[in-house]
Amino acid sequence: MSIIVPVAVISGLGLFFGIGLAYASKVFEVKADERVEKIKELLPGANCGACGYTGCDGFAEAIVNEGVPSNKCPVSSKEILSAISDVMGLEEGDVSQMVARVICQGTWTNADMKYDYDGIHDCHAANQLAGGMSQCYYGCIGLGSCQHACPFGAIEMVNGLAHIIPEKCKGCGICVAECPKGIIKMVPVLTGYTVLCANHEKGGIAKKNCKVSCIGCMKCQKVCPNDAIMVKEFLAEIDFEKCVNCGKCAEVCPQSTIHDAMHERFPYEPRPKEAKA
Amino acid sequence: MKELFVILIGAMFIENFVLSKFLGICPFLGVSQKTSTALGMSGAVVFVMTLSSAATYLVNDLLLKPNDLEYLQTIAFILVIAALVQFVEIVLKKLVPPLYKALGIYLPLITTNCAVLGSALINVDPERNYSLLEAIFFGFSAGLGFTIALILFSGIRERLETSDIPESFKGMPIALIAASLVSVAFVGFAGLVIQ
Repeated sequence: MSIIVPVAVISGLGLFFGIGLAYASKVFEVKADERVEKIKELLPGANCGACGYTGCDGFAEAIVNEGVPSNKCPVSSKEILSAISDVMGLEEGDVSQMVARVICQGTWTNADMKYDYDGIHDCHAANQLAGGMSQCYYGCIGLGSCQHACPFGAIEMVNGLAHIIPEKCKGCGICVAECPKGIIKMVPVLTGYTVLCANHEKGGIAKKNCKVSCIGCMKCQKVCPNDAIMVKEFLAEIDFEKCVNCGKCAEVCPQSTIHDAMHERFPYEPRPKEAKA
Repeated sequence: MKELFVILIGAMFIENFVLSKFLGICPFLGVSQKTSTALGMSGAVVFVMTLSSAATYLVNDLLLKPNDLEYLQTIAFILVIAALVQFVEIVLKKLVPPLYKALGIYLPLITTNCAVLGSALINVDPERNYSLLEAIFFGFSAGLGFTIALILFSGIRERLETSDIPESFKGMPIALIAASLVSVAFVGFAGLVIQ
């Protein structure tokens, strides 16, 4: 008979807690917005965190409750983004996909070394020693921290320079945060011509440090028919909203800094120098 | 007050749950890669341990002891803790959304955590003979001890990330070695005598 008491006690406890929880879930019920569920289903569900929220669930809630634009999700295709806009009852708007691009051409052959580096194989570590071993303070260190960080295997290291394979890039932006030099930029997926340099030094110094650096000569700014290029602090910058990909800037660039990074294959061919007239 | 202080130092250092009693190793290794996640987990553990200490002490005192059912402590406490965590989660979601967001996914993770169950079982150890207040305080202090271990270790692991480690030791092996060294360091507290 002694078995009855423990069985009764444990099952009584279980019953009590069961009923208590069932009751509590009714009393403290939080009404979930059904749009959140719908958006959750549309999102990729990779929980990569590139949107800045805690996974896809957090992002879905932010879209519904805080009105965050859906194109903060760089992984979703355009169809998905417009489907989300439908759920929210919004205009489709200009939801554009982004890809990452390394704005540097400082390979080991283009930019000289300051010193031999023999330490930990990590850009952050090398960056602490006089800003890396490349002569160019702004350029790619080339130890592949971004390559290790990329969850999609879209980054390859070629001759000491990170290169992002456009077909594989999902635009999650993890490499952008990883790069200690900040030379990986998110650009709209259709962006062609890009200034592949981040060097703000004056022309002479920039040219000495790297063969393909922007020297701030303003030729591209003058030739651009749409005023899409501005040279700021000895570095040309293309406004992607104004750029029409005519390619005139790349033609006049004396340093071969501007390339159509979407159509040209890496490593970019330096344009043959025209004979001086 | 003196007793409480002894409990505090004892639970935090001398019998640190992770490093001396080897309870809660799973979150210790699982969520110690970043200090921020370690903090979230520790917060949830402190919270749940304090609450469950009170609940299990009462269940033991009012239900199990009068019926001579002390041998059912383990199974009864699992039930109590699981139900309690679920209940707390439901209530927090409704009444204190910011806290619910901060504890987030860590709350359900520790429903069946052995550190929480361990603190409940140690609390009702007849040799300790804790009062309800002391039991709650012991749970709180053990949670703090867990926090110390987790934050110390997450700091070490963040440093390990960029260290030059032999290929075969990368990841979990070096983490286990580091954990054992931290544990050996904490053995030193065993000689601490508080009067």
